[in-house]
Amino acid sequence: MTIDILQIVGLGLVATFIVLILKEQKPSFAFLLSIFVGALIFLYLIDQIKLVMDMLIEIASSAHLNNVYVETILKIIGIAYIAEFGAQITRDAGEGALASKIELAGKVLILVLAIPIMKAVIQTIIGLISQ
Amino acid sequence: MSLDVNTIFQIAGIGIIVAMIQTVLKQMGKDDWAQWVTLIGFVVILYMVATLINDLFEKIRDVFLFQ
Repeated sequence: MTIDILQIVGLGLVATFIVLILKEQKPSFAFLLSIFVGALIFLYLIDQIKLVMDMLIEIASSAHLNNVYVETILKIIGIAYIAEFGAQITRDAGEGALASKIELAGKVLILVLAIPIMKAVIQTIIGLISQ
Repeated sequence: MSLDVNTIFQIAGIGIIVAMIQTVLKQMGKDDWAQWVTLIGFVVILYMVATLINDLFEKIRDVFLFQ
């Protein structure tokens, strides 16, 4: 793991220098290059996240948790991940307004995904009150 | 871990070469050709980036159990 962080930082530094050179010649190409490097780093990170997620699923199944809840949580994390990636790219391109819209979309979609869980919680509470 | 570093240098090379070709063409007085060269270079790089992003989204779909 310690070697990996060195590799990622090295990649980022090299990419930064190339982007600096390219920006004088062709700013749009430099922007595409920075998107590319960002995607590359995310692609590496997702392998690490997969390990964590596998552990999470294993623990949940050994605790006999309802499968729907775990799936919902995983989807929520996935949405947050994608929305963050998109928002960062858009913000790099100088479109801060668009980036905040993407973040808003991520939040709304997460809220929609959380509806079944919230319903279950509220029904449990109401059941406790009426007893 | 195998980061695909070659493509970064490919993109940088395409960018610099396209800039050079554009300068030469402009000095020859063919501005419309220079425009086309830039556009084609942009499309090639966009294709590379789109391929990688497609890869990333497929992997995210796998890991986070999207159907």
